[in-house]
Amino acid sequence: MKTIVATLALGALLAVTGTAGAKEWKTVRIASEGAYPPWNATDPSGKLIGFEVDLGNDLCKRMKVTCEFVAQDWDGIIPALQQGKYDAIMSGMTITGERKNVIDFSVPYGTEPSVFAVAAASPLAKSLNIGVDRSDLNNEAAAKPVIDKLAEALKGKSVGVQVSTIHIDFMEKHLSKVSMRSYDKMDNAGIDLASGRVDAILGDRSVVEAIVKAEPGKMVVVGPNIIGGVIGEGMGVGLRKADADLKKLFDTAIGEALKDGTVKKLSTQHFGYDITPN
Amino acid sequence: MNWQLMWDSLPRMLGGMGLTLQLIGGSLALGAVVAFAVALLRLSGNRPVEWIAGAYVFVFRGTPLLVQIFLIYYGLGQFEFVRDSILWPVLREPMWCAILALTLNTGAYTSEVLRGAILSVPQGQIEAARACGMSRALAFRRIVLPVAVRQMLPAYGNEVILMVKASSLASTITLMEITGIARRMIAQTFAVFELFIVAGAIYLILNFVASRLIKYAEWRLTPYLRARA
Repeated sequence: MKTIVATLALGALLAVTGTAGAKEWKTVRIASEGAYPPWNATDPSGKLIGFEVDLGNDLCKRMKVTCEFVAQDWDGIIPALQQGKYDAIMSGMTITGERKNVIDFSVPYGTEPSVFAVAAASPLAKSLNIGVDRSDLNNEAAAKPVIDKLAEALKGKSVGVQVSTIHIDFMEKHLSKVSMRSYDKMDNAGIDLASGRVDAILGDRSVVEAIVKAEPGKMVVVGPNIIGGVIGEGMGVGLRKADADLKKLFDTAIGEALKDGTVKKLSTQHFGYDITPN
Repeated sequence: MNWQLMWDSLPRMLGGMGLTLQLIGGSLALGAVVAFAVALLRLSGNRPVEWIAGAYVFVFRGTPLLVQIFLIYYGLGQFEFVRDSILWPVLREPMWCAILALTLNTGAYTSEVLRGAILSVPQGQIEAARACGMSRALAFRRIVLPVAVRQMLPAYGNEVILMVKASSLASTITLMEITGIARRMIAQTFAVFELFIVAGAIYLILNFVASRLIKYAEWRLTPYLRARA
């Protein structure tokens, strides 16, 4: 019996070293912002928590590596990856063409639309509600009237967004005439919406909803769910271009986690709904 | 190093210069007024007044400027009564919050510099002025203040240089001054090294000009130390 266990263990060990290739991955350091709930957040003791931390730990188990989560401010998260401060980014980062120029991405593990939130008492709560539930930017002909209506409603207003996000890209490309303020953290944009310094905020649906829920009755989510185009193809693990082997490990692990329902289970637990990419 | 990117970033970065100069100029001017008032209050001889002025200096010198900016910008905005007050149109704007924080901060430091300079004016000079028949106020205006201002210049030059650098913290409350623009461009290009070097170089030039101006002021105010032609 003992020899069987030992042989199995040895076999497993060989299998791991076999697949790891040139550089052996034993520990993978994963960076997360810790201020983007429910994707990632920081608990009162300073520990990183959230959907991506739970998913990351699950993925690492599948890849048979030790995971180490590192907190990193959003606006330096890609440069620090390139400098080798950590090996991967799991921080609600959408896969976009611009980012693909500098880093690599795993297959997506989640996706969600972008939405606006405004003060409940603001006239925008009505005027931004343009009677469209979903607007796909890839379908330009259908998206154009929606964007025109948004631009009309937001004329002379200010919109808060987080720096270095797809939402800035969206504002610059589609609503360039609307004044925009960029914040280092989405939480801070929410604070300024609550105090009336900005008229609206734009962000990922779950994050905007979390901000709205934090102060009940004061703010509302409004307008269409915006997808496609600059809003991108879902969230993936950000990786250095040189680490093709690590990308392969993550791709396989995410594929498995999507297939056996782990992503769906964690997503229901953290978001209350399913964010798995289709 | 991407030299082309650094060169191309220059016009956009210099576009933030106006805002940076407004922040520095505004807060130094208002800070000087605050400093003058606080220095006088601290020397007023009235115990409670001295104590309050001292407490202000203690608090604003003893806490980080970044914390002060966050408290004024995000902190005050949380209170309903602040949002309903007549001050809200001012406090609503990040620009005024930044100027307010920088003013209160530099006011605290400068008041100490000025207080020290006033105390350093030799007693004999004041007595001589009084003996000539000047009132206390006139002696202060004609003798004490000019001498004190001359004395404080080197220390005040330090404070000006610190303020030029401190203005970069305004980028944390959505202001697009030089550092804010640099951070925004880094978000688009991921070229941290290149763009912060450009931003740093601009601050270096600003401070070169500032220190020259202070040097010139020192020279102008000390004709009696120059060799006669």
